[in-house]
Amino acid sequence: MKIGVFVCHCGENIGRTVNCPEVSKACASFPGVVHSEDYKYMCSDPGQNLIKQAIREKHLDAVVVGSCSPHMHEKTFRKACASAGINSYMVEIANLREHCSWIHEDIAEATKKAIDLMRFAVERVKFNHPLQTIKVPVTKRSLVIGGGISGIQAALDIANAGFEVVLVEKEPSIGGHMSQLSETFPTLDCSQCILTPRMVEVYQHPKIKLLSYSEVENVEGFIGNFKVTIRRKAKSVKEELCTGCGLCAEKCPIKKKALSEFDEGLSNRSAIYVPFPQAVPNVPVIDRSVCTYFKTGKCEMCKKVCGREAIDFTQQDTFVTEDVGSIIVATGYKLYSIEKKPEESIYKGYGEYGYGKYKNVINGLQFERIASASGPTSGEILRPSDKTEPKKIVFIQCVGSRDESKGFSYCSKICCMYTAKHAMLYKHKVHDGEAYVFYMDIRSGGKNYEEFVRRAIEEDHVNYIRGRVSKIYEEDGKLIVKGEDTLAGLPVVIEADLVVLATAMIAQQEAPKLAQTLNISYDKYGYFQEAHPKLRPVETNTGGVFLAGACHSPRDIPESVAMASAAAAKSLVLFGADMLEREPIIAKVDESTCAGCFYCQKVCAYNAIEKKEIRDRQGNLKKVVAFVNSGLCQGCGTCNATCPSKSIELIGFNDDQIFAQINAFAEV
Amino acid sequence: MKLGYYPGCSLNGTAKEFNSSLKEVFSTLDIDLEELNDWSCCGATSAHVTSHLLSVALPARNLMLAKKQGFEDLLAPCAACYSRLVSSQRELKLDEKMRMEVEDILEEKITNGLHIINLIQIFQKIGLDKLKEKKLVDISKIKAACYYGCLLVRPVDIALPDDMESPDSMESIIKAVGGKTVDWNFKTECCGAAHSIAHTDIVEKLCKGIIDNAEKHGADVIIVACPMCHSNLDMRQLNIMKHFEGHKPIPILYLSQLIGLVLGIDEKKLGLGAHYINTKPLLDKIKGADIPKSVPIEKLQKGVEA
Repeated sequence: MKIGVFVCHCGENIGRTVNCPEVSKACASFPGVVHSEDYKYMCSDPGQNLIKQAIREKHLDAVVVGSCSPHMHEKTFRKACASAGINSYMVEIANLREHCSWIHEDIAEATKKAIDLMRFAVERVKFNHPLQTIKVPVTKRSLVIGGGISGIQAALDIANAGFEVVLVEKEPSIGGHMSQLSETFPTLDCSQCILTPRMVEVYQHPKIKLLSYSEVENVEGFIGNFKVTIRRKAKSVKEELCTGCGLCAEKCPIKKKALSEFDEGLSNRSAIYVPFPQAVPNVPVIDRSVCTYFKTGKCEMCKKVCGREAIDFTQQDTFVTEDVGSIIVATGYKLYSIEKKPEESIYKGYGEYGYGKYKNVINGLQFERIASASGPTSGEILRPSDKTEPKKIVFIQCVGSRDESKGFSYCSKICCMYTAKHAMLYKHKVHDGEAYVFYMDIRSGGKNYEEFVRRAIEEDHVNYIRGRVSKIYEEDGKLIVKGEDTLAGLPVVIEADLVVLATAMIAQQEAPKLAQTLNISYDKYGYFQEAHPKLRPVETNTGGVFLAGACHSPRDIPESVAMASAAAAKSLVLFGADMLEREPIIAKVDESTCAGCFYCQKVCAYNAIEKKEIRDRQGNLKKVVAFVNSGLCQGCGTCNATCPSKSIELIGFNDDQIFAQINAFAEV
Repeated sequence: MKLGYYPGCSLNGTAKEFNSSLKEVFSTLDIDLEELNDWSCCGATSAHVTSHLLSVALPARNLMLAKKQGFEDLLAPCAACYSRLVSSQRELKLDEKMRMEVEDILEEKITNGLHIINLIQIFQKIGLDKLKEKKLVDISKIKAACYYGCLLVRPVDIALPDDMESPDSMESIIKAVGGKTVDWNFKTECCGAAHSIAHTDIVEKLCKGIIDNAEKHGADVIIVACPMCHSNLDMRQLNIMKHFEGHKPIPILYLSQLIGLVLGIDEKKLGLGAHYINTKPLLDKIKGADIPKSVPIEKLQKGVEA
């Protein structure tokens, strides 16, 4: 085997501590090495040309490059070698930068180590085999989980590119939290006015299949080839017959028993309901937990009045399966429940703020509903207890956010902005009212964001007080807000009519379960984890599954939309080719020695190990062995290490290669 | 049931009635209180402002005494003693360096496993059902405001397992024996604590706020489980009456005194005469007699009887 060795100086990065010409000289004497040279920037065009030239002139079979981490330029060098006619997998990288020059100071020692690293790689490459990339077919169809603004944006982008989308939403209508908002910062344009056209576009798009009131139950398969089982919850209404006339909801005798989820509990709804008038699809569902018929067997008022005979009390949950090539997760967020005894017992809650005890202590989403023209007060700012106009209003930021002892250590990011917006909306509607904001810091990074907050302070005269609130209690119909002004160093007491808490954004409760279904990671808060915080922010560690919006971390609308489009673009990249190419670094089972113990199956994090039956010519079952699904295998090597009979080999990292390296080390 | 008893200094001095009422209640409930032999100061406020080590070592001595004298549970009715004992115990458990230092001082190995309980916890331990069984007197004619102060529920994770911002464990005991409680806002507000001596004016103002809020929400009595709270709210009320015109005084009772009344124990034995604010009108109200709307101030300021 003729091996070529190339040592890169990486400018000064390697060259400063490693004597590269000396390394190159030493490598020339290794058995099998027929060419050795060093160069300032091996990854540059002239550098790559040196490699290509050597391959052609000296008919090299394999190449070892001493350079930066393979994460950085392995692909570059493989491509260069391939273009000069040798198999990409006959290239090995010795990491002379991260593993050597960057972490050592002594030039002589570092040079010695670099020579050793090169020798290991040279010994290893002798056992490399030419490999071919794996090709898998792609189903050019996408699943979007969650129909908030992120899911809507992602679905529309993919559908507009000409590919089919299945959009799954657990609620009766798409729209998500954005549909509840009054106005949006920093432009104060009406949230529904910009959102509802998009919702309608989703509904009417020929490429989008909308499954509302549905949840993802199970996911099988791998990138390009997912098989998804979706539970369609029983609406008790035949969607194809319903015209959305609304008569059923109007006549439903249950008017005051159920709290409207859309109005955040500030108004009531009937048992058969559409969440809001602009709902998409405009088809009601029956809430069986409050419906008289489902409780007593009597009533059937909705059935009697429905002219289309669309009501069906016997409906059951059904399951559908969809084949898709990519999945975009856009399941959004919820607000931290801060009542005295929150359901997540590990969090202490904020008993001292009296949320859930005092009617006039509300959260940010509830204020959105009060300020919204479509809300329970038709946009008039009236407090919940007695429907009077609050003359003094206090906003408290960071309730649950940036508070490790009672909430979460992260910043919820959007509260500084929406609190400024709330205070502004209040001042625009109640001219003689006083608005106070308690804050820790004002974090208003974003285009026109800081200007927006300044406007609230300077033009709308909102009083910003830097400090925390220790306690809120009610006396004579007033909320006594006790806090501290840390800039003045004084205690503050405000007698407020209404208090709005900017409670933390938290991950959906079911997020960890969904993450397990999708085989993606999530952090300690339940937010889904990206593959790389900087360079792969919308991808997950599972190929073909992408993230959009606040299910990843607290995000505002512009960021969610941008992330959704990025996730859509990532899906479209997948759909750009008919076949997917992927690294051949996967596990392979030696069926002749495999004993079928399936320890490998237990340790595989990617569900890539399947059972395979070995039959003789007559068709009699001889044994059952492990089989690696090449689409799912991520080449982590766990099975390889676990196998008691050494029947699993990780291609590209086989025992011969590893032992050659170790032996080379032992010879030092 | 045998129970180790750590009275601390207050219960032998300013809070004698706390001590006597407690002993009466437990003897009625057939619980032996055995005073810790040779107990010493818990360190109170003075130790931890002097030396951190001292504030851990002083309670540690008492903890080890309790272990040696074979107690599993140690009742520390004073909220400050309770707080110092549990804080020290926790620190000795978590901080190995501290433990070794204290072991050097005490010249013995420190072992864990003692349960330190306060007044509320002991009633919970006895069982609310048992209290209910022994009930003799109906107290449903009065309304109580339960005041926790600072040390019963703080610091969180160490003190009484209750919501530190809006606790309700005392209420549940009183409700269990047929009493009525008010929902008020100053359950955990500061009474001024040890500033009572140096900054009496501040303490008066703070106590005034607490008493007024209880009164506003219809309380006939404020129930406490801490000698410091009691001395500030009861004793300073005389000055409050002088300095704030129209102040309506409210008697301050220990939880053990109220439970004693429920169990039918004699008022004298419960030390109800040892209060600065006269408890007579309250006792009359329990018995069903209406308190006259305007009680002459001399009558209210009856002062120490016993």
